[in-house]
Amino acid sequence: MLALFYLFAAISVISALIVVSARSPINSVIALVVCFLSIAGHYVLLNAQFLAMVHIIVYTGAIMVLFLFVIMLLNLNKATEPMKSLGTRIAAVVAGGLFFLTLVAAIRHGITVRPSNEFDAGVGLVRSVGMSLFNEFLLPFEVSSVLFLSAMVGVVMLGKKEAVLAASSAPVEPLTAAELERRKA
Amino acid sequence: MITTAIFLLVLFVVTLTVAAYSTYGERKVAAFLQDRIGPNRAGPFGILQPLADGGKMFMKEDFVPATANRKLFFLGPAIAMTTALLTGVVIPWGGELTVFGTTLNLQGTDPEIGILYVFAMVSIGVYGIMLGGWASNNKFALLGAVRAAAQMVSYELGMGLSIVALVMLTGTLSLSGIVEHQIAHGWGIIQQPLGFLIFIVCAFAETNRAPFDMPECETELVGGYHTEFSSMKLGFFLFAEYTNMFISSAVIATLYFGGYHVPGLDKLGLDPNLATIIGVGAMFAKTFFFIFFFMWVRWSIPRFRFDQLMNLGWKTLIPLGIFNIVLTGSIYYLLK
Repeated sequence: MLALFYLFAAISVISALIVVSARSPINSVIALVVCFLSIAGHYVLLNAQFLAMVHIIVYTGAIMVLFLFVIMLLNLNKATEPMKSLGTRIAAVVAGGLFFLTLVAAIRHGITVRPSNEFDAGVGLVRSVGMSLFNEFLLPFEVSSVLFLSAMVGVVMLGKKEAVLAASSAPVEPLTAAELERRKA
Repeated sequence: MITTAIFLLVLFVVTLTVAAYSTYGERKVAAFLQDRIGPNRAGPFGILQPLADGGKMFMKEDFVPATANRKLFFLGPAIAMTTALLTGVVIPWGGELTVFGTTLNLQGTDPEIGILYVFAMVSIGVYGIMLGGWASNNKFALLGAVRAAAQMVSYELGMGLSIVALVMLTGTLSLSGIVEHQIAHGWGIIQQPLGFLIFIVCAFAETNRAPFDMPECETELVGGYHTEFSSMKLGFFLFAEYTNMFISSAVIATLYFGGYHVPGLDKLGLDPNLATIIGVGAMFAKTFFFIFFFMWVRWSIPRFRFDQLMNLGWKTLIPLGIFNIVLTGSIYYLLK
């Protein structure tokens, strides 16, 4: 089991590094897919089968497919690395350094901490996930579903708006010579 | 452990054999529906045709276009075939078989979330087509790949919604649990007729079968996502489609037609082993019927247009799926 953990951990870390270092976006996306799959492996090791499968279906199967879809449609195969301005670079270094400091400060004392209660092997099964979602975390769960609904309505509204705009701007398009002749007559 | 390994090996061989003979079956069914004879040269009734086809695939030149992305070009068919073969593990092919005192369960593994595992494998399977199509560096292949991705993501939603209603009734996500519930309370098709209809339409779209085979539509896209593929790489793409068809048929039989259940068999008082073997036979008979159904539809109904496909998925099947959930919930609540 421990060997499996180290295997998945190595795959996760290496693929995550490839995600940020790969020059071609498509390789980044594939590395991210591998990273997500190895994280699903971690979930299975913790006996959280439900989480593992939902993770694969939602992230690997839907979101990453859309990423790939966009990259394919825009044909972003070329490695484009626009140079950032000096201010952006300084800001990035400062932000990254602060984040690193926070991480070190958080982990420095955290390493020796042991979990106070025993690991419950049933915590990730469907029944316990459902129980905690619909009892303890009912309000956040419902609120997040409203958030999703509003996002969906927003997307539909934006899509409709553009369609209406396109339809209303259609007559402004230059008319063909034959059409102009017809209108004059 | 050993018995499971042997079972998985047998399952692997059976899956490949059924997929290979589905290609033969497809050509015979097509011939029958078009009033032709079909393949009859290799062996009696052309029974050796799949072997001849497979041998031919291996012998052909494995050509890779100069502008293709070689790694992804190789990875595409590999992913398609692997994910197609992985799904059969969670399907309960039969009850329990007792051989020399050891009990053998005719299911590779029975995770609590069996049906979600099937969905996960289906959703990974789209990468094979997408990467293969994109790596070919050919506009027809790219269009086929993009169509496949859009189609599969859209129809996964309808499929998921049809399953939600079934899971509400059975109260479990485990495939063997769903079969046991059907044995006790009647088959899924009786309890969920609308859900079955949505599921089977989505299954056609997920397996890229006609009338939803836009990703490889030859009148528009030459060969679609596998235009540039040749030799066994093409063979793997085609083979993955037939494997997916076999697995989808088995899932349909499991979810809506009682799996290995034969009504009235338990009243005959047969030997448990014999009953199990009859159950496995019933499971395969149901599966083969749906494979035939897939072919029947392919050679009877013309292809949809892509916008019609999207309209059907988003504006018909998803609302119908939600309606089915509400309907199932209300009936369940009223009867309880």
